[in-house]
Order: sequence, then structure tokens, then C-alpha cells
Amino acid sequence: MSANALATHGLNKNFGSLVVASDIALVLPQGVRYALIGPNGAGKTTLINLMTGMLQPDGGRIVLGDDDITALPPEERVRLGLVRTFQINQLFPHLTALESVTLAVCERRKVARTWWRQLTAYGDEIDEAYDILAALSLAPVCHRLTRELAYGQQRLVEIALALAAKPKVLLLDEPAAGVPREESRELFAAIAGLSRDITVLFIEHDMDLVFRFASRVIVMVGGRVLVEGTPAEIAADPRVRAVYLGKARHEAAS
Amino acid sequence: MTSEAIPVRPLQYLQAQMRWRWSEAAFWLATLLPFVLTPNYLVLASQIAITALFVLSLDLILGYAGIVSLGHAAYFGVGAYTAGLLSKWGFGEPLTGLLAAAIMAGLFGYLTSFIVVRFRHLALIMITLGIGLVLQEAANSASWITGGFDGLQGIHTWPILGKFRLDIYGYTAYGYSLAGLFVVFLVARRIIHSPFGLALRGIRENGLRMPAIGAPVHAHIRTIYTIAAIIAGIAGALLAETTETVSLEALGFQRSADELVMLILGGTGRLYGGLIGAAVYMVARDQFSGLNPQYWYFWIGLLLIAVVTLLPNGILGGLAHLARRMKVKS
Amino acid sequence: MPSVFGVLFDGFAYGMLLFLMSVGLSVTLGMMNFVNLAHCSFAMLGGYVAITLMNAFGWPFLATLPVAFIAAAALSVVLERIFFRRFYNSSDLDQCLLTIGIVFVSIATAAYIYGTDQQPMQLPHYLRGSIAVMGLDLPVYRLFLIATALLITVVLVVTVETTRFGAQVRAAVNNQRMARGLGINVDGLFAATFALGSGLAGLGGALAIAMLGLDPQFALTYLIYVLIVVSVGGLGSISGSFAAAMLLGFSDMAGKYYVPSIGAFLIYLVMIVLLMWRPAGLFGRR
Repeated sequence: MSANALATHGLNKNFGSLVVASDIALVLPQGVRYALIGPNGAGKTTLINLMTGMLQPDGGRIVLGDDDITALPPEERVRLGLVRTFQINQLFPHLTALESVTLAVCERRKVARTWWRQLTAYGDEIDEAYDILAALSLAPVCHRLTRELAYGQQRLVEIALALAAKPKVLLLDEPAAGVPREESRELFAAIAGLSRDITVLFIEHDMDLVFRFASRVIVMVGGRVLVEGTPAEIAADPRVRAVYLGKARHEAAS
Repeated sequence: MTSEAIPVRPLQYLQAQMRWRWSEAAFWLATLLPFVLTPNYLVLASQIAITALFVLSLDLILGYAGIVSLGHAAYFGVGAYTAGLLSKWGFGEPLTGLLAAAIMAGLFGYLTSFIVVRFRHLALIMITLGIGLVLQEAANSASWITGGFDGLQGIHTWPILGKFRLDIYGYTAYGYSLAGLFVVFLVARRIIHSPFGLALRGIRENGLRMPAIGAPVHAHIRTIYTIAAIIAGIAGALLAETTETVSLEALGFQRSADELVMLILGGTGRLYGGLIGAAVYMVARDQFSGLNPQYWYFWIGLLLIAVVTLLPNGILGGLAHLARRMKVKS
Repeated sequence: MPSVFGVLFDGFAYGMLLFLMSVGLSVTLGMMNFVNLAHCSFAMLGGYVAITLMNAFGWPFLATLPVAFIAAAALSVVLERIFFRRFYNSSDLDQCLLTIGIVFVSIATAAYIYGTDQQPMQLPHYLRGSIAVMGLDLPVYRLFLIATALLITVVLVVTVETTRFGAQVRAAVNNQRMARGLGINVDGLFAATFALGSGLAGLGGALAIAMLGLDPQFALTYLIYVLIVVSVGGLGSISGSFAAAMLLGFSDMAGKYYVPSIGAFLIYLVMIVLLMWRPAGLFGRR
């Protein structure tokens, strides 16, 4: 049994002459919390797309636990426990929060294809969905249409959908993006409350979150992994500073 | 919907959502009115019931799963010709005809679903259009079996359940079609309220998110497409049996296009939208049947423009919107 | 039985007509993703404008061609400003339905004004008959058609490849958001491209009268062919439209002459197979 939750070997991807991923070799041991940081356009979301199968690599392999998942379609990878959230909410606007999460639970339990029995016969699935929402303090609004929820609450539904799939490896793409300070408390609590059995990789720009939740940090620049280490090591690394400082100087000038 | 602490358990809440509403009961009771109020129009009523069933099948793939098909009449036609040929070759038992039509249409739907599921946007529209047109041409060419332009001759429907003979006033025809519509509607309603129905709505709401929660989207679409084809086939068989004729227009582009208009008129994704739309459209067409067909399409064109611009969710959508506004005011 | 060359020649002429009628739709679909099923109504309009000028006002045929182009372009600008731009972000279905509604209205209007019969038309004497070229008898009108269409194609390609307008069009087709970000006035560009495309369709319609005839059903009959050309050729691709139009022109003519019983059948099957092989079209991206 592999001690590594997720590993990539030599992952490559380019669009014509634009290289978005170059020889990415990552190893995520089980249970560790990783933060993936880097300037915009470094290829962080692309990496998640490659890992989850939404993008096909030009070369390399992806291994989840003991299984080589490089050739598997996205839904199969989810079934094996590799789950992601999206940077921009990808929700079901006209479904209620409860319906959305129930759907995810039903898909996991492979009962979503039964068309001859009523949804109300699946009390277990509905209860499980309700419990997930309750743990995220969303129980009072679970019967509201997703589109009517506040942005912070929608972001929590985004995470609820991922949790419903019972992930072994969870990839969070900027979970706090766009969430105003007042609403981010539940979000941070949710991330902190994630079970230690789940290996988490999250993309973040907010260094607060990175220092609070990550035990290791990966820095990506221009489609490559620049360096990897503990948050303290990364903060002190001159190369990382150059990347960010240079960026800050550029932003100040324009 | 209010947001405060729900005293009702989620299961009970969902159960309440799925219960039969009085408006539904009223609708089905109203479908019995033609027997009493307008006995001269029973033949038309029978046509409306059959078309409503056909439009319902389109709603399942368009309104619930989001597949835009311009060739759905292909399955209607397959069902019609299957039932017609079975009768012509000597076995006119109507319920058997329905079964045979369901099987043939379902088979054809299942096979084409593998093609349909791989496309979106313009390519999907063109593929479905192409399938319909190919079938139409094939039926035209194979006139030795389909009767070609003149249609199928020699269909004779045996009494339904051994007792109900088709009469010229249309009592049996309407009773039979209405019963068929109601039974299949019950099945469709059950599908919509099942976990599968929820999955379909998920596909329609956000096709991108579905694989990310582990949903086998292609398998789901193939299933509903096959089911919709079966229902369309049954509708076609009903037409063949009640009118004792089948012609090429049963699988023509005109029928696919008209069906689309009816569904949009009534409102997609609401199960009853197709039924309402079919009723309104066909009654209007009957009333204006004296009109030159050119002018009919002028008004339909204007209607389409109006519906898309002013009433994007059709009649039922407009009514729902109105009901919400009134609730807010009170 | 006409010679192989005769069929090829006819197919070429037909293909060029289809190209003129389709290229506008391909580019605007590729640029704005707006499904305009009313595109052939503009072709039909061009045809009826030309016919009216010739039969009612005695204009010479050649003079009616630019007017057909301008009339179609002008009407398209009006429709685009009033209607279409409100639906750029609507669903495919809504766009289909809106434009189908416009098609129905246009067919009924044409029927009301002109009746449902084919329009009679007299070609000027210098375009009738055939001339002998290298031992072959070539119909003069087909030659004229091919020459005109080729000329327009060359002008089109030169415009797109060398002018600034053309570069902007290519940029907007390739990546609309990026083009906007670069400061290109995409909305104005789209209106201009839409007008150009519709104008070409109108011109195609006027040229088509002598070869395909003109009746109110034209907007719907040829819509299917145009859609086949656009989807098989690839959205936003001029060369794709050209290739697909040629392919369709040849196949249809060959089918009609050699295997008339399954002629139409063949076209749709070929389209389905081609789309399955290349869902984005022969020259499409993605």
C-alpha cells in the first residue's frame, strides 16, 4: 500500500508554443496539507485540471494511491477519491442546496441512475446530505435555491459538493476567492475541520490561509515547480521573494 | 421560499414538494370534458392527446437534459410505421402494437444515443437534424415497405382490450389516446421525481460540474434519450392505430419543428408545459385551418419571436412568474 | 447522361454559390456564436430585390447585383441592432427559435407579395447559351457565376489576410475576450462583419435565381445546405466553408445525376459521418 495519496510523474502540457506545464513531478504523502502558490498564469489551475482529467496531458503519469489514473475519465477519478472544487463556483443555480448535495451523494452511492423509484425513498442519502450541510452551518438555508444564497454560502456549497463525494484527496482551487471577510469565518472553519484522513492541496493567494493551514508549500512559476518546503522555508527563500517582489514591483508600475 | 429554521425534516419537505397538487387533478379532470362538452371535436382531441405525448417525450430530453433535437420525429415515425406494419401484416391488436413500437423506437433511440451524446451546440443540432432527414429519405425510398408518398394502406385496428371498437365519432380513439397519455405521464412524473430526474436537472443546470461529482453524464443522457424515444414511439403507434393510416409526415422535419414550437410555447422543464403547448397550438391551428398555410406560418413566426423575446419560459413560466409576483405582494 | 466533366462543372458552380451564401454565417457564428438560422432569408431577399428591379423596373441584370448586396446588408444591420444583439448571451435554443421565427415571417411575407410560384427570369442575351472552350461546351452563365464568385473569394481572402479590418476579424474569431482586451471594438466589428456576410448571402441569392430558381421556400430549402456547409467546414473558417461548399456542391450534383433515387439521402449521411469524424468541422478549432 502506497503511503502517497497522489503522485505525478513528468506531467507535460502545451498549447502550441505555450507551455503550461513542464515536467511536473509531485509527491503528496497521505494526510498532509499542501498549499500551491505562484503568480497568475503559473499553471496552478491547469495542474488541477490535468490531475482531475479535465485536461489531457501531452506526457507523464498520474498515480492515485496505487492506481495509475492517467487514462481514466474525470468521473472515474472522482469515484476513486480524487475530488476538486472550482475557483469560480460551479453550482446548480436552480437546485436547492439540499438537492445539489443529495445529488452528489446519490451519484457516489451509484443510485442516481434509478428512474423508477422516488427520491423520497432514499432517506439515508438525504440525511447524509443534510448532515454535510449542517456541519457547514448551511442547515437553515438548505431549501433555498442555490442562486439565492449569499456568495460565501455558495462557496460553502461548493465545498459541500466535494465532501459529498467522500474524497481521499481534495484539491481546492482558491477556496476563499471572492469571499468577503465577514463571511469567511465559516469557510476557514470548514477547511480547518477537514478530516485528517483527507489529503488536501489548495491553491491560495491569501498568505494568511497558507500559514494557518498548510504544513508544506509548493511554488509554481511559468508551468514549472520552482521550490517546495515548509511555509517558513518558503517565506525565507530568496527565489520566491524575487518572483513575488518582482511581480509587486511590476504591479506598482502599471 | 423562507429560510429560517426548518421545523420539518428534509425528507418530509421533499415529500411535500412531490405531492400531487390540486391544479394537476383539475387538469386531468378537465381532459374528460371533451366527452361531454365538445363531442364533435373528439377526433381533434385524440390528435391533441397523441401530440401532447410526443411533446412530453421531447421535454424529457430538451427541458430536463438540455439536448436540442431537431429530429425527434424520427422515433415517432418508427413507432408509427412499426405499429402500422404489424397491423397491415395481419396482427392488429392495438396493445401489442404499442409494445412493438416501443421496442423498435427504443432500439433505434438507444443506437442513435451513442452518436448524439458526443455532440453539443451546432454539431448536435445538425446531427439530430441529419438523422431525421436520413430516416425521412430512407422511408421515402423504401416505398415498397412504407407506401412512400401515399402512405401505409391496409391498417385495421382490432378492438381495444377486445371490447372497444374504433368509432367514427372518436369516442374510442380519444379514450384510448387519453389513457395512453395518462399512463405514460405517470411514468414520466415518476422519472422526474427520482434520483435520475435530479441527475438530469443537474446536467441541465451545470454539465461541467456533473463529472466533478462523479456522475457518468454520457450514460445518463443515453438512458433518457432511449426513454424519450420509446415514449415518442408509443405516441406514433397511437396515431397509426387511431387513424389507421401512416404517412411520411409522421417522421418529417415539419413534425419535429412543430413539436419544438409547442414545447416552447407551453414552457420547457415543467412536465405540463408540453401538454398545454400542444393543446393551445393545435386548437389554434384547427380554428385557423381555413387560413392559407403561408399565413399560418407568418403568425407562428411572430409568435416564436414574441415568446422568445417576452415570455422566455413559455405559458407556464409566465404563469409561475405571475404567481410569484402575487405571492410577494400579499 | 451528361459527361463527368459537365457534372463536375455544374458541381463547381453550385459549390461556389453555396460558398457565397454560407461564408457569412460561418464567420459570424465563429465570432459571436450567434446561431442565425435566418441567414438564408437574406439570400432570398437579395433574390427578390434583383427580380423586382429586373421585372418591374427593367433594370439590367448586372446592375441589380450590387443592389441585392446592399439591400441584404442594410436590412441585416437593422435587425442586428434591434433584435440580435440582445440575444448574444442567450441559449442556442433561444437563438434558434428567434431566427426560425424570422424565417417563417420572411417566407410568409414573400409569399404574400410575390405568390408561391417560381419567379420568371430572363438572363441578358450575353449570358445565355454556351461557348466552346477547348472542345467542351460550357454554359456561359455557369462560367460567369464561377468567375464572379472566384473574384469575390479572392477579394475576401485578401481583405482578411492583409487589411487591418481582416486582422481584427481573425482576432475576434479566435478569441473574443482577448480581442476586446486589446481594444478592438468587437461590437462594431461584428455589426460590420454581419452586414458583409448577409450582403454576400444576398448577392448569392440574386446569382442563384438563374441556376436554382426562386420561390418563398428558398429561405428554408437552402438553409439546410448552408448549415451543412458551415458545420462541416468549421465555424469561423473561410477556407473551411470553401472546402465544404465544394464538397457539398459536387456530391449533390453527382448524386442527382448518377443515383437520383438516393441522392438527398447521401448528403445527409456524408454530413453525419463527417461530423462524427470531426465534430468541430474540417477546419474548425477545438
